[in-house]
Amino acid sequence: MSDPQKPAASHLGASGTPNAGATRREFLSEAAAGALGIAGLGSMVVTYQFLSPNVLFEPPTTFRAGSPDLYALNSVTFLQDQLVYIVRTDRGFFAVSAVCTHLGCITQWKPELDEIACPCHGSKFTQDGTKIEGPAPRPLPHFSISLTADGELQVDKLNIVNPRDVLKV
Amino acid sequence: MASTSSFGEALDRLRGTRVWKSIFRRGPALTNRTRSLAVFGNLFLHFLPVKVREQSLRVRASYYLGSISFLLFVILTITGILLMFYYHPAVPQAYRDMKDLRFVVSNGVFLRNLHRLAAQLMVLLVFWHMFHVFYRGGYKPPHEFNWVVGVVLLIVTLFLSYTGYLLPWDQLAFWAITVGTNIISAMPWIGKNVRFVSLGGNLVGENALLRFYVLHCVVLPLIAIVLIAIHFWRVQKDGGLTVREEDGGQGK
Repeated sequence: MSDPQKPAASHLGASGTPNAGATRREFLSEAAAGALGIAGLGSMVVTYQFLSPNVLFEPPTTFRAGSPDLYALNSVTFLQDQLVYIVRTDRGFFAVSAVCTHLGCITQWKPELDEIACPCHGSKFTQDGTKIEGPAPRPLPHFSISLTADGELQVDKLNIVNPRDVLKV
Repeated sequence: MASTSSFGEALDRLRGTRVWKSIFRRGPALTNRTRSLAVFGNLFLHFLPVKVREQSLRVRASYYLGSISFLLFVILTITGILLMFYYHPAVPQAYRDMKDLRFVVSNGVFLRNLHRLAAQLMVLLVFWHMFHVFYRGGYKPPHEFNWVVGVVLLIVTLFLSYTGYLLPWDQLAFWAITVGTNIISAMPWIGKNVRFVSLGGNLVGENALLRFYVLHCVVLPLIAIVLIAIHFWRVQKDGGLTVREEDGGQGK
């Protein structure tokens, strides 16, 4: 550290790439600094990878919602475990997310007002998820809904579909 | 009188022992020089100033807001460590442990409320401290760096408060973290990834509870301790508090 060549080496380290006139000491200290930098960057990358779980123990995103006969015509049914509304209109069935698009609170169907309301920040939606008012940036998404071979409704929450798509039974 | 003098004698005898002398290598601090050496030579005092101007000790110079914030940090550390002896950061045990602390454990409700109230008071006080320093011009040279350290400490305090909020694992905690991490995911480009890594998943669940626990009990307190040490040390290195004339000082 008390070596008189040290200031020269640090000056060159600040200037960037080693030039042709670099001494052995300057070259070695730049190579060491570069290696440390690469190792530091690499350890940040692997730590990020380590902190991103590969296997999650979260509830399945596809679920069965029972027989279509369970749902009355022109009804909105809230499935509490799945946070989904099953809506049956004369056009058919569709599944609307019950999670508010603002900040993720769970909305509630208000049959007397004919609207879906969020308790957190006052967003309101129609039964097909269209926003009426409030801070929500997007309408409530529709999930794909289908019939299984044995005649039950099945909803896939990872598959967001066009709100015009309904399931006719 | 006889008891005090014999106590004094006992103290003198203690000061004469080899063990005492090995710990406190200097004699009684009776002169300015020995007093200074006593501060320099003590790990816990050496980053405090040896001398302070009388005007910077007046209540109106600082209202001791920073010192009270630090005192609250000490209280939070002690009560937090005690609470950790009964708390499992797991679902659903965390909620039961919180209930046990309130209703079953001796003095648990006292410690838990002390921790909660001290935390809320600390957030209040660090904000007050910041406003006080700001309106005194305490961010001006040569205090700029310490101002920045203080802003980072404010953010660390808020993160400590936020991560602690999830630990009772009740409805309030769950929805506060759900809403808060959805705010994180609104960050451009990296928001979704930051939310995923901070929750350890897509939902506020077991992984999120454990992550917030580790941040709350290990990572953030360590960062806070290092920054507090720098903060105190820089007050001295930057020439003491900013004192104004109307507080009885000559201004600075």
